[in-house]
Amino acid sequence: MGISRRKFLKVTGLSALIAASGKAGFELLRPGQVEASSVPLAKGKRWAMAIDMRKVTPEMIQECKKACHYYHNVPEFGNPKVEIKWIWAEQYEHAFPDEHHEYQPIDIIEKEFPLLCNHCSNPPCCRVCPTGATWQREDGVVMMDWHRCIGCRFCMAGCPYGSRSFNWGDPRKAPKELNPNFPTNPDFPTRTLGVVEKCTFCEERLAKGQLPVCVETANKIEKGSFIFGDLADPDSNVRKALRKHFSIRRKTELGTHPNIYYIIA
Amino acid sequence: MYDGGKIIVGLIIGIGLLLSPFFYNAGKALKPPKPELTPKAKQAKVCVESLEYMRSNHMHLLDKWRQTVVRKGERYYKSTNGKTYYKSLQVTCLDCHSNKSKFCDQCHNYIGMKPFCWDCHLVPKEKK
Repeated sequence: MGISRRKFLKVTGLSALIAASGKAGFELLRPGQVEASSVPLAKGKRWAMAIDMRKVTPEMIQECKKACHYYHNVPEFGNPKVEIKWIWAEQYEHAFPDEHHEYQPIDIIEKEFPLLCNHCSNPPCCRVCPTGATWQREDGVVMMDWHRCIGCRFCMAGCPYGSRSFNWGDPRKAPKELNPNFPTNPDFPTRTLGVVEKCTFCEERLAKGQLPVCVETANKIEKGSFIFGDLADPDSNVRKALRKHFSIRRKTELGTHPNIYYIIA
Repeated sequence: MYDGGKIIVGLIIGIGLLLSPFFYNAGKALKPPKPELTPKAKQAKVCVESLEYMRSNHMHLLDKWRQTVVRKGERYYKSTNGKTYYKSLQVTCLDCHSNKSKFCDQCHNYIGMKPFCWDCHLVPKEKK
């Protein structure tokens, strides 16, 4: 006899305990690392965006929104309760509630900021998704797999930036008078009822070596207003802009490490 | 047995009703539909893989494509015929097979298959 039943149970129980505590301990010390390391997308990049607020106008934000929503077949429902937004405009005090005080320069306080998914380095949405429908790629893009989304909306509760929208209705049944040519881009899918969606940093365009739609649109209006690039590369235009100018990010105290930078001065 | 006659008559009627579709359709098997090719598909002669492979495995291929594209960012498919294809149902498949109702739907309807691809993926407008 090699091993008794009692001893076998002891050994398996103990090793299971060690294995479980090992992963949990790793999770506690370096949150998100376990999930992140399991995605093989060896590009070693970190996409980020710097938005030069000195050049951004409310009209520019609206143009970007129009172009983005046109490209990604995002419908307009005409009701803020069921609104779907990938990029949108918000006032300073709502975008940066912790930075805001009443004695700040009036032109900043009254300014509209373009908001989108921050593609956080420590994304809370990915940690709460029960199906793995949203995850962080190795190049930093917080990606969504709409095939897998079950519409539980945990990610919407997890995201502190309101970057995620839920399809309360079938996007193809959005009011015709608000969406005359919907679906607008025949090369991109729509979503379906009961699925969460958000900005994907135009990953399908990045794959082709093109810039995101909002960046392209904004730079057509004013060059250098939206700067997109690789944070991992010290010589990238994003890093250069961030070195040169003072920038802020949204709700950094939450530890999500957002990757959208707003250049203020 | 109480009311034996009624029960037996009821049973006969019931079973008869249950089997009526078989009697109704007896002897006339529904012919399997033949998917129609568009001129563009005919001209290309080959799909991304051989006809036999596509016939039996197109669903597995599409599933693999969606997994690798969305989750791994691998957007090109190296076919066994040596060519490389952009992996996209909407952009690549439906470019040749732009006649969804005659190409996809006929067989899917015949076998009672309802793929949910089209809930999100757009179908090109067909000329009538």
